[in-house]
Amino acid sequence: MTVSAQTGETGEAVHDVRLRVNGVVHDLRVPARRLLSDALRHDLGLTGTHVGCEHGVCGACTVLVDGRSARACLMFAVAAVEVDITTVEGLTRPDGSLGPVQQAFSECHGLQCGFCTPGFLTTITAGLEENPDPTHEEARDMIGGNLCRCTGYQNIVAAVECAAVLRRGGSRGPGPGGPHASITEAGGPS
Amino acid sequence: MTIKLMGQGVQRVEDQRLLRGQGAYTDDIDVGPGLLHAAVVRSPHAHARIVDIDLDAVLDVEGVHAVLTYDDLTGPMAEPLPLLIPHPALTHGRTQYALAKDEVNYVGEAVAFVVATDRYVAEDAVGKVKVTYDVLPAVVGIEAARAAEHLVHDDVPGNLGARLEQQTGGDAPAVVAAAPHRLSLDLDIERSACMPLEGRGTVARWEPALDRLQLWTSTQSSTGVRAAVAVKLGLDLGQVDVITPDVGGGFGVKINHPWPEELLVPYAARALGRPVKFVEDRREHFISSAHERGQVQHVEVGFDDDGRLLGLDVELWHDHGAYTPYGLIVPIITSTQLLGPYKPGAYRVVFHSLYTNTVIVTPYRGAGRPQGCYAMERTMDAIAQHLGKDRAEVRRVNLIQPDEFPYEHGLVFQDGRPLTYDSGDYPAMLDKIKALVDWDTFGERQRQAAAEGRRIGLGLACYVEGTGVGPYEGAHVHVETTGKVKVATGLTSQGQGHQTVFAQLVADELGCRFSDVEVVTGDTRRMPYAVGTFASRAAVMSGSAVHLAARRAKEKALRIAADALEASEDDLQIVDGVVSVKGAPEVSLDLGTISVLSNPLRYAFDEASKRATQFQVGDPGKPPVAEDDEPGLEGRDFYSPERATFASGMHAVIVETDPETAEIRILQYAVVHDCGTLINPMIVEGQIHGGVAQGVGGALYERMAYDSSGQLLNASFMDFLMPYVSEVPDGIDVDHLETPSPLNPLGIKGAGEAGVIPSAAVFAAAIEDAEGLREDGLAITAMPISPSELFELRLAHQNP
Ligand code: FES
Ligand code: FES
Repeated sequence: MTVSAQTGETGEAVHDVRLRVNGVVHDLRVPARRLLSDALRHDLGLTGTHVGCEHGVCGACTVLVDGRSARACLMFAVAAVEVDITTVEGLTRPDGSLGPVQQAFSECHGLQCGFCTPGFLTTITAGLEENPDPTHEEARDMIGGNLCRCTGYQNIVAAVECAAVLRRGGSRGPGPGGPHASITEAGGPS
Repeated sequence: MTIKLMGQGVQRVEDQRLLRGQGAYTDDIDVGPGLLHAAVVRSPHAHARIVDIDLDAVLDVEGVHAVLTYDDLTGPMAEPLPLLIPHPALTHGRTQYALAKDEVNYVGEAVAFVVATDRYVAEDAVGKVKVTYDVLPAVVGIEAARAAEHLVHDDVPGNLGARLEQQTGGDAPAVVAAAPHRLSLDLDIERSACMPLEGRGTVARWEPALDRLQLWTSTQSSTGVRAAVAVKLGLDLGQVDVITPDVGGGFGVKINHPWPEELLVPYAARALGRPVKFVEDRREHFISSAHERGQVQHVEVGFDDDGRLLGLDVELWHDHGAYTPYGLIVPIITSTQLLGPYKPGAYRVVFHSLYTNTVIVTPYRGAGRPQGCYAMERTMDAIAQHLGKDRAEVRRVNLIQPDEFPYEHGLVFQDGRPLTYDSGDYPAMLDKIKALVDWDTFGERQRQAAAEGRRIGLGLACYVEGTGVGPYEGAHVHVETTGKVKVATGLTSQGQGHQTVFAQLVADELGCRFSDVEVVTGDTRRMPYAVGTFASRAAVMSGSAVHLAARRAKEKALRIAADALEASEDDLQIVDGVVSVKGAPEVSLDLGTISVLSNPLRYAFDEASKRATQFQVGDPGKPPVAEDDEPGLEGRDFYSPERATFASGMHAVIVETDPETAEIRILQYAVVHDCGTLINPMIVEGQIHGGVAQGVGGALYERMAYDSSGQLLNASFMDFLMPYVSEVPDGIDVDHLETPSPLNPLGIKGAGEAGVIPSAAVFAAAIEDAEGLREDGLAITAMPISPSELFELRLAHQNP
């Protein structure tokens, strides 16, 4: 976006903000009303964060703010300074391989169209940080605020349980097996 | 030996991208600098004449580049949108204009189109367009449409778009009248909608130097959009590329096309010389995309002492909304697929497709089948109740038997072909579903629960689904000189895992490694001939085409290899991308090398291509490419079946209803499903899970709450109750039956819509069974049902 010192192309007042996203610092100049979701997607090009409702109900836009899940469509970019933001792009391991929650989704067929998925991945990442060993009921509760129209949630719940095992250094049974493959624990908590 | 991938739960290749946040949905596409954003001025009235549109205040808004109204549209753009599926019975078909001309017919209809620097500014500008309306009376709901006190369209008498009657097996009214037992039912089912998490979106870039348009759109038919855009913008087909990127769910709503914005975006992009994007917000999706389901039904049935159908006479009133761009597909499917796995005796069905001043109705997953299944299965339950017989046994006596296939119903299906079931085993399926829920002992369980003051109930519903309708799909398989295999098919993907399942089919047929196959869908640059993704047809249609195209590539590979290896084709095998002589594996060529040999070259550019130059290959006495041959290791083929293939299934659910609060809880949900030979059971089960969840929503929560003036009162995710995990069953028991289809080379049938079809029927039955409300006729005749409606029903039964 081209901007003059105080007003943008549209004559709107703009503000300088510094966002820390996935460990990288970005300086940008945005109108006060620019949603964090739009700033992430369209100003920073981090299009992995999706927008399904823009009224805080679906959870597709969920990001982590200082490790806690937050809806980027309910935050203004100007209010997201001085925090650490993690988006789905930041859940991948440094070597480019899938993080444990992402890996679990792949193994359990926890996604179809993938539109809701980034919001689930961030939500579960925060959830397992808080409760690393959820019961089945707790696994269901953990995703209770996110909408998915494709999967019917069955395999997402399985993925939460699988991710909990993977985070502890466990692995899944061999071969393709989808949600019904057995999970084997390897070693104790890492 | 390589393991066959057909039938394996192979993990999805598309997930690697999607899980990293690297999916590319329409709103993510980077079309380069200068992108402008569109927003739409929509009618706030359900029915009104447009008196004046005042744009003075908008043109002053900084950042606004253009505002279009109907008066700016010229040529074909000024004509109504296409009526995609004309049918002779649709005597009064009407479609809207890209921007309303003179009149609006639903809240949300597009009136003006604003293009600005960003979406925020575009929305500011929308608020400054002043439209003066002369408000007319709104027709909302089937009752008002039938009463026709007011008309939606002045020139459509009785609000009747179409009336279609079909009959088979004799004079149904006479047979019913003469039957030993007779019942009549009045049923009601409300509107819902697909509600993909990603709404509609379109981006266009006009390339003046190339005189060419590129369009990315979230659609279920790239080729359909391409043809429509070309016609409307006066372009040659060859000037338009339509690319369907990742799509965040469709479920039917994205098969309708072109949406006004799919035309206005490219129109503006060409006029302004800048790329333009439109992405609808959630409220817009509710009020300007499509809905489905809403029907009123009247059933007259005559049957014998065993509950065997003798005659069935059905009348349907279908609410198709303000316009009919998708023709009569939904009510035709209801009226034919209503029959399910049963032999109806004499059958007559009449439907009336009616205009209302509400959002248009086009197919939503199931596409009219949930309504048909609801009518038939409520009828089965009513018969069982009337005769005091077991509900499963009444169904059993009516089932088409395995030795009766192909079963000819004597009706015309949605594709204009005879309604002929190809294969199935319904009695076996009934046994399986009964076993899954311990049907025969449920009565005892229910009595025990009752002794504890608990109300539990069991419901059963059966369906048959015509899948894989024509006309055709095609595929192209290209083996590159690296041995990588590039596959293209024209229909689009919305989460079904096509990149995985089609790669499974190619790997199996061609004999290459799964990891070497890359599948592209929905890109008209790669496959310009295609129809679209609907009617559970992708696996059947494109799956078969991909299989046939891979076979052609394989035949060519064997031919070239036989020549090069001086062996007979019959002695060759292809395993893991290597062609070798059976029993002599050292005599081999990999597919990449065969690809090199298939394309005689003049110029060498790497080691591989050196081997293909004219000095290296071929008989100097013959042309480098034989007369009946083509260069390249490729296969292209099309699959066009004579008629649809019929999948089937049965669902059962056990619910518990709270004696005080009337809350409805699901204790068990069971599915038996037959979609022929399974390509990837993991993906099929995922489809079933998703369908069941949508079905739960449709049966217990979702409805479009229109008020009498045509305002949609619940146009947000806060008020339209889509199921979260807390509303869906914890675990779904799925059992498969695999009755191959004789109609395609792989024996497959479609699976995409199945999970949602029996929901309204199965929940109505289970809740009624829990409540014991059935002494004086069926109690639950309107779906969805909420706890407060159930509570009302209880009161009505206490005080008749
Ligand atoms: S987009 Fe933020 S919650 Fe739906
Ligand atoms: S995978 Fe499509 S919405 Fe969840």
